[in-house]
Amino acid sequence: MELVAGPQALRKRRENTWSIGAAFAVMVALLAIAPFAVYPVFLMQALCFALFACAFNLLIGYVGLLSFGHALFFGWASYLSAHVEKIGTLSIPFWFGKVMWIEIFLPPQTPELALCIGTLTAAILGYIAGTLAIRRQGIYFAMITLALAQMMYFFALQGKFTGGEDGIQAVPRGRLFGMFSLANEMTMYVFVLTVVLAGFLFIYRVINSPFGEVLKAIRENEQRAISLGYKTERYKLVAFVLSATLSGLAGSLNALVFQLASLTDVHWTMSGEVVLMTLLGGLGTVFGPVVGAFLIIAMQNYLASFGQWVLVIQGVTFVICVLMFRRGIVGELANVLRVRL
Amino acid sequence: MLALKRSIGVRVVADDEADKDAPSPGSRLRPLVTLSPHAGTGETRALPMIEIFGIPTQALFGQLLLGLINGSFYALLSLGLAIIFGMLDIINFTHGAQYMMGAFTAYLLLQHLGLGYWGALVVAPILVGATGILIERLLLRHLRQLDPLYGLLLTFGLALIIEGVFRNHYGSAGEPYQVPEALQGGRNLGFMFLPNYRAWVIVFSIAVCFTTWFVIERTRLGSYLRAATENPTLVRAFGINVPRMITLTYGFGVGLAALAGVMAAPIYNVSPQMGSDLIIVVFAVVVIGGMGSIMGSIVTGFLLGIVEGLTKVFYPEASDTVIFVIMVIVLLVRPAGLFGRSA
Repeated sequence: MELVAGPQALRKRRENTWSIGAAFAVMVALLAIAPFAVYPVFLMQALCFALFACAFNLLIGYVGLLSFGHALFFGWASYLSAHVEKIGTLSIPFWFGKVMWIEIFLPPQTPELALCIGTLTAAILGYIAGTLAIRRQGIYFAMITLALAQMMYFFALQGKFTGGEDGIQAVPRGRLFGMFSLANEMTMYVFVLTVVLAGFLFIYRVINSPFGEVLKAIRENEQRAISLGYKTERYKLVAFVLSATLSGLAGSLNALVFQLASLTDVHWTMSGEVVLMTLLGGLGTVFGPVVGAFLIIAMQNYLASFGQWVLVIQGVTFVICVLMFRRGIVGELANVLRVRL
Repeated sequence: MLALKRSIGVRVVADDEADKDAPSPGSRLRPLVTLSPHAGTGETRALPMIEIFGIPTQALFGQLLLGLINGSFYALLSLGLAIIFGMLDIINFTHGAQYMMGAFTAYLLLQHLGLGYWGALVVAPILVGATGILIERLLLRHLRQLDPLYGLLLTFGLALIIEGVFRNHYGSAGEPYQVPEALQGGRNLGFMFLPNYRAWVIVFSIAVCFTTWFVIERTRLGSYLRAATENPTLVRAFGINVPRMITLTYGFGVGLAALAGVMAAPIYNVSPQMGSDLIIVVFAVVVIGGMGSIMGSIVTGFLLGIVEGLTKVFYPEASDTVIFVIMVIVLLVRPAGLFGRSA
C-alpha cells in the first residue's frame, strides 16, 4: 500500500497518459479526414451518439450505476432545442382556477442558444430523475430510470409542443453566432466535431479529477466510501446530472443534424441502444463508447435493408458481449496491449 | 431591431382543451348517486342508468373490471419477477417477451395443432417454461458470480432477439384469438354487464397467485426455496440440489408469465410488442411494491390495476402515466417500496 505515489507509479501514470494521448491523436486525425471519404451526415450522427455513449459511460463505467432511461435526457433535450430553433415561443403553464398559459413570443433562436436550452433542460430533468433514482440501489436503479423515461415518453406522446407522433420536423439549422450558415454540411460537421470533442475532453477531465477518483471508489465499494466520510449520495447525484447534461447536449446536436426531434429519441429502445454501444465498446474505458457508437450506427445504416433483423442482431450482440467479452472491444484491446485506453 | 420587437410579446390564454375535457364546476354539486330510469338507450337499455360522481356505473365498473384484469396480469408478472429475483438475484428483462411467447404459443397451438384455449392454458406455460429452463442452463448460469447488472443486460438482449424474431414472422399488426366457447357471452349484474371471460381471468389469476403464495409460504418445498434464497451454501450443505432448484424456479417464473400471456390472448390481440410495453409498467409496479414479499407483489399488482382503471374513468389523459406518478410518490415517501425491506 503506497500512500504517496512512488516513482514507479508515476512512470506508470505517465505511460498511461501517453497511450491515451496517442489514441486521441489517431481519433482526431481519422475524424478530420473521414468526411472526405464517408457521408458526413452518417459521421455526424455517429459523433452525436459517441458523445451520448461517453456521457452514459460516465455513469455506468465510473460510478457503476446502470441507467436504463437515458433516452429521457437525449430526447427531451432534442425536443427543446428543436422547438427553440424552429418556433421560439415559450409557453409556461400556471394554475388560476383553471390551466392557463403565459405565452412569451420570442423569435426562433440561433443554434448555439438552442443547444444551450436543450442542454439546460436535460440538466434540470437529470437533477429531478437523479434525486428520485439514487434513493434505490443496483437493479432497482435501472428499473426506476426506465420507468421515469417511459413516463416522459408518454408526456412527449401527448404533449402539444412535441407534435406527438409527427415530432418537430424541418427544424432550420440556422446560422452559428449569426455568422456561419450550418446548412453547409462541412461547416456543420466541423461544428459537431468541435462540440463532441469538447464534451469528450470534459468527461476525460472529470474522470481524472479528484472527484472522479471518489466516483471510482463508490463503484468499487460504496460502503467503504461512506465510512471514509464521503457523502456518496451527493457524488452520485452530481455524476448523474453531469451524465444527463452531456446526453442532452448530444440530443440537441442530433436534432440539429437531422433537423428533426421525434418520439424515437425518447423511446426506451434508444436507452437500450446507448447501453449496447457502451457495452460493445467497453464499459469504463475512455474510447470504448466512441468505438461502440460508430459500430452500432454503421450497423444500423448498412444493415437497414434487413429491416426488423436489426433488432435481432442488436440482441445477439448484447448476449455475445455479456457472455464472451464483458470488457468490450477497447477493453480487450487495452488488455492485450497492456495499456489504458 | 424593429422586426424583432414586433415579434416579442406576452399573452395569457386559457387552456381551451383542458376546459372542454374537464367537467364543469357545477358537476361537483350534483348528488353522488343519481338514478334516472328514463335515460337508458340503445344497448344499455336493460340496465338502469345509475350515476356515481356524475359517471354512469356502466362506464365506471367497466373500467374497474378492465383495471382488475390489467391488475391480475401485473400481479402474475411481478410475482414471477419477485420469485426469480429471490433465487437468481437478477431482474428478468425477458419477462415481457416470455408473456408474449405464451400468447403466441396459444395462437400457434390453435392454428397448427387445433389445440384450443383450455389445452393451451396447460401446454403453453410448460413449453415456454421449458425454454426458460434452457435459457437458465445455457446462459444465465454463467453469470452467477458476476454483478447482477450483467443478468439484466443479457435478458434485455434476449428480449430484443425474441421480439425481433416474432416481428419478422408475424409482423407487428397482431392476430386475433377467440374467447373459448364455454366462456362466451356474459351476465347482467343489474348495475353492469359482466363478460364471462373477464370474470374467469380475474378469478383464475387470483387462484394462481394464491396457490403460488401458499406453496412458497406454507409448504416444505417453499421452505427449501426460502432458505435457498437466504443462504444457498448452507442449504446445499443439507444435501439439497440448489442449482436444480434455481433452474426450476426460473422455469416456473417464466411459466407464470406465459400463463398470463395465454389469458391475455383473447382480450388483447396477440402481437409481438405486447410484452415490451407491459414489462416497463410491471417494473414500476415492482418498484412500488418492493420485491421483499410474495403477497406484497400480488396485492400491489391488483391495487395498481384498479387505480389505473379508475384513472381511465376520471382523468383518461393520465391513465398511461398514473402508475409511474405513483412510483415517484412512493420513492419520495417510502423509498424501500410499500412491502419492501429497506435496502
